[in-house]
Amino acid sequence: MARYGMVIDTKKCVGCQDCVIACQAENNVPQGFCRDWITTESKGKFPTIEMEIRTERCNHCTDAPCVSCCPTGASHYHDVGGVILVNHDECIGCKACIASCPYDARYVHPEGYVDKCTFCIHRVEKGEDPACVSVCPTYCMHFGDLDDPNSDVSQLLKSRKYHSLIPEAGTKPNIFYLT
Amino acid sequence: MNEITTTRHNHMIDPSLTVWGWEIPVYLFLGGMVAGMMLISGYFLFKGRHKEDNCSCYYLPYMSIILLSLGMVALFLDLEHKLYVWRLYTTFQITSAMSWGSWILVLVYPILIVNIMMRPPKIVEEKLPILKEWKNKLLSHPLLIKNIGVLTMFFGAGIGLYTGVLLSSLGARPLWSSSILWLLFLISGLSGAAAFVHVIAKNVYERELLAKADNAFLIVELFVIALFLIGLKTATEVQANAADMLLFGDFASSFWVFVIGFGIIVPLIIQLLAVNHKIHHTPIAPIMVIIGGLILRFIIVAAGQYSHWYALN
Amino acid sequence: MSSLSRRRFLKITGATFGATVAASSLSGVVKGAEKVDEKTGKSVKGIQKIPTFCDICFWKCGAIAYVKDGELWKIEGNPDDPLSNGRLCPRGTGGVGAHYDESRLKAPLMRKGPRGKEEFVEVTWDEAFDFIAKKMKKIKADYGPESMALFSHGIGGAFLKHLMKAYGTPNLTAPSFAQCRGPREVGFDLTYGDVIGSPERTDIENTKCLVLLGSHLGENMHNTQVQEFSHAIEKGATIITVDPRFSVAAGKAKHYLPIKPGTDMALLLAWMNVIVAEKLYNKNFIDKNAFGFEQFEYEIAQYTPEWAYIETTIDPEVIRETAREMARYAPATIIHPGRHTTWYGDDAQRSRAVALLNALMGNWGKKGGLYNPYNLSIPRYPYPKYPKSEKGSADNPNHKYPFAEGEKLSTGLREATITGKPYPIKGWFVYGTNLTQALPNTQETIDAIQKLDLMVVVDVVPSEIAGWADVVLPESVYVERYDELNTPLFKESFVALRQPVVEAPNDQKPNWWMAKKIGEKLGLQKYFPWKNVEEYLDTRLKSAGLSLSELQKKGVIKGPKESIYLGENEEPEFYTPSGKIEFYSHKLKEAGFDPIPKYSKPEEPPAGYFRLLFGRAPIHTFSKTQSNRYLYDLMDENEVWLNADVAKRIGVKNGEYVKLKNQDGVVSNKVKIKATERIRTDCVYMVHGFGQRSKMYRQTFNKGASDAQLITKYKTDPLMGGTGMNVNFVTIDWEA
Repeated sequence: MARYGMVIDTKKCVGCQDCVIACQAENNVPQGFCRDWITTESKGKFPTIEMEIRTERCNHCTDAPCVSCCPTGASHYHDVGGVILVNHDECIGCKACIASCPYDARYVHPEGYVDKCTFCIHRVEKGEDPACVSVCPTYCMHFGDLDDPNSDVSQLLKSRKYHSLIPEAGTKPNIFYLT
Repeated sequence: MNEITTTRHNHMIDPSLTVWGWEIPVYLFLGGMVAGMMLISGYFLFKGRHKEDNCSCYYLPYMSIILLSLGMVALFLDLEHKLYVWRLYTTFQITSAMSWGSWILVLVYPILIVNIMMRPPKIVEEKLPILKEWKNKLLSHPLLIKNIGVLTMFFGAGIGLYTGVLLSSLGARPLWSSSILWLLFLISGLSGAAAFVHVIAKNVYERELLAKADNAFLIVELFVIALFLIGLKTATEVQANAADMLLFGDFASSFWVFVIGFGIIVPLIIQLLAVNHKIHHTPIAPIMVIIGGLILRFIIVAAGQYSHWYALN
Repeated sequence: MSSLSRRRFLKITGATFGATVAASSLSGVVKGAEKVDEKTGKSVKGIQKIPTFCDICFWKCGAIAYVKDGELWKIEGNPDDPLSNGRLCPRGTGGVGAHYDESRLKAPLMRKGPRGKEEFVEVTWDEAFDFIAKKMKKIKADYGPESMALFSHGIGGAFLKHLMKAYGTPNLTAPSFAQCRGPREVGFDLTYGDVIGSPERTDIENTKCLVLLGSHLGENMHNTQVQEFSHAIEKGATIITVDPRFSVAAGKAKHYLPIKPGTDMALLLAWMNVIVAEKLYNKNFIDKNAFGFEQFEYEIAQYTPEWAYIETTIDPEVIRETAREMARYAPATIIHPGRHTTWYGDDAQRSRAVALLNALMGNWGKKGGLYNPYNLSIPRYPYPKYPKSEKGSADNPNHKYPFAEGEKLSTGLREATITGKPYPIKGWFVYGTNLTQALPNTQETIDAIQKLDLMVVVDVVPSEIAGWADVVLPESVYVERYDELNTPLFKESFVALRQPVVEAPNDQKPNWWMAKKIGEKLGLQKYFPWKNVEEYLDTRLKSAGLSLSELQKKGVIKGPKESIYLGENEEPEFYTPSGKIEFYSHKLKEAGFDPIPKYSKPEEPPAGYFRLLFGRAPIHTFSKTQSNRYLYDLMDENEVWLNADVAKRIGVKNGEYVKLKNQDGVVSNKVKIKATERIRTDCVYMVHGFGQRSKMYRQTFNKGASDAQLITKYKTDPLMGGTGMNVNFVTIDWEA
């Protein structure tokens, strides 16, 4: 059973937001909204500063509260890869899923349904990478099957230190940040 | 110093969550009132008080159905994809408290209608004589009425607590991440309903009973709020921070003054004095209780959305 | 059929068989993708991919524009292009927004009120050109053709440059020399006899140690450089970042040196001191290739790390450690020459110090160092000879700046316009450069403009400078037009084509058409013998054995491969007077300058003031992209970075809006404070390009603050006329 996820090398990410714009262009994201974003976290006192720059999006969690709380089943796991998708014509816009997401990854589309990153499943099914991964000028993003031990993403997790976001929320996110 | 910045600026999501506005607290309030009224009304049926002609169990179902419908209108207004609302009723999602709630809400209507059948409106009864037949059949079966009372209490409790369960299942909002939230909503709803019925009840015994009951509910509510906050304060850091929002932070003044002060303690004192015949019963106390309940829900919904796993500048 | 056109054939549905992509027909002004099928009359369905190259900045990354059902959908990198490697930067990815920008200039405008009031009336192209031609003829008759100047930036200026040369003026300039990379070109030229160029000849991809001195790579989004930076990080290269601000590049660095602004020269001298004193340089390389090393060795001995510590506030041990680190990886060590190097007025000398430090690494022509770029030579169009000017250019009278060779000084021309010396400049043609934000001390730019008889601005958006024009000519954006061929000096040689993908939405026209039309009205037909630009391009390409139709399909055609590194036993050549790397420059000495770079202390800010530093964001290009909806959605204003402790002390909060006042009392627009640990206490930083005051440019009007407005003081580099702009100090304007 494939489990799609991403591995992102924070040593390389410069926070340029290419991934944000590529996603907006590819997926016709409405003006003013974004499905992915850059978070910059810095600690310490000048000049001894540690900084991590991350490109974040929906983590397509294995144990997603947004799927379990949806009253209509609009928010569901796709048959392939465990990608979490929203069926627009089943979504009533109750926003429980938005409130349930620890990562605030979702937003209300002006047309009324709830929207978010889809891992560009329309591209993945054609054998391409998601738009954000394909455009990144620092090549810091990797997409693939986390359940395949020979995949790029699995190999990276074996060889480098990494962390995921708010693991204590218990949702089992599938995006990992190499440090 | 820890600095976190994000480039995300999605409407209603950033800088803090505001997806649920007035519609949800209003629904929670109306739902809580209806829950309480159903519990009270159902209890009276269970106790056979329908034999009293001016029992409130005859008109509480009417009020419940109206208030509940208003609440559901508020819920409907909250939806962003309104034309698809019927999708709630083409499936049942067992893990979704909202799915449970949407089904409970529709099942409540037949229960209330059965209640109403015990004394249909005169105009309707004249037009449809069959109703008179059913009414008499109902009233002549005390066991059936008892069961109707139990069902009414059951579904009333259901409405009263599922919203608390719903919010507490949204673990991403630390303020709601408490296993006692359902009890808080239930007891607050009961207390508001008891206050309300105390004012409108025609039956003297019911009036007195509900004043005393309301006092009990208010005292329990204080304990439940305390336990709710203690539970948060002794849990994780994010939950403790969430509790602090109510205790000392941005929501503290509204919480202490309107929820605890004027919502519970002051009306409690007034009502205790009243049931001990030190002062006359006054509608002021119940009104304060009801408004306090409304404000409690506004605070819980707003502060809950504001609470988060990590704070962003 | 080539594979690209075959793919396109399959993507287009059967009914649109007749629709051929792009302008293989040599008719009309723009063609681009077909919107309507010729045979059926219905709109074209499906996806068409047309290669071109980007124009959002000046890097010219090869791109592929996607047209879906006749509308521009998205733009991605061209995988065949060596600059983008198939991936565009965020601005290029948002390039679609340039086409759909509602703020765009739509029709030619003629001024009807006083200059700068932005009172315009729409005119036809003929009216605009007649006006321009009449004025230009008058200027030629009254003053001579040299009294016209062209300020242009970007490849789109090529045809206008040609027009101006045909008209007879040598005064063609761009701000990129005196306001940007001029100092480093001069510094390197004096040392090695060659310039750094653009793209920079830095082999970052293979370097083992990259030293960034005031370079904020990662926020400065030169696509290829950022890609190579990432590869270097992947390979474990040591990054040393020197910056008063903890930039993104500082976040990637092994060593971060929080240098006091203005003291970089001291650090460079100290580094060289350590490398010479500890004999960490490649003796063989220096013996063979260095001229004047003995004098240099003697001179450098005084600049100890302890001395540098007092100036730079960088710990002497850190200076030593980082110098040793650099030497450890030599010759695969690069001290990046930077790009925008006009800082303090001694910038050419500072760049010369950078060049010398690189020389101590022995990295010239080496892998991981400074490689030898080459390009594909496409012969020029066989034009008749341009008229020769007797007067010469007006930007550098009496050769005041002796080393400003090859390029003209933009600020020099501005000064000539104001003073009328050495001769009056009476007309400006401005192409794609927002001079009021680009040149320091805006008041001087305005003073100059008021002296003109003719001010023409060619732009795509109603920029600030367009507000000062007599005539504004709206250009089509890059996805709507052809431009000159791009054949840059780089790691590989290639020729790239910019071709129209979609039609311009209004009456915008390409620069080549404007140049030709004006040329015809000026009687310069013989310089515009080609019917249209396709003919021009095809002629050039055919003379190199290629063709336009071939290039239209591929977008990029590569040339034969050459080595960019010196061979095993190959000796480098240096086009300097000594034929070697000049550690001591007689040329400089004879001109009255320091033959070996010296340090001069920067001015201290007055009490309560902070030095104003500025830079770039990866989302915007200077002040020209702020109305692109993808880009302004992510960044619609800038912020001023202020040290968190300082903010607390003076009582301003993070996110608060304040006005800044500079040492000359100029007050900026409101700008948001970013109180952060990531900057020194003695300076503030903001991204350039905001705070625009053109009311026509509604989306950006008064958004953020303009650093350019606060740059009223500048220090001119005596060697080459570069304008050092990091010499202004600001404080919070409490009156506001």
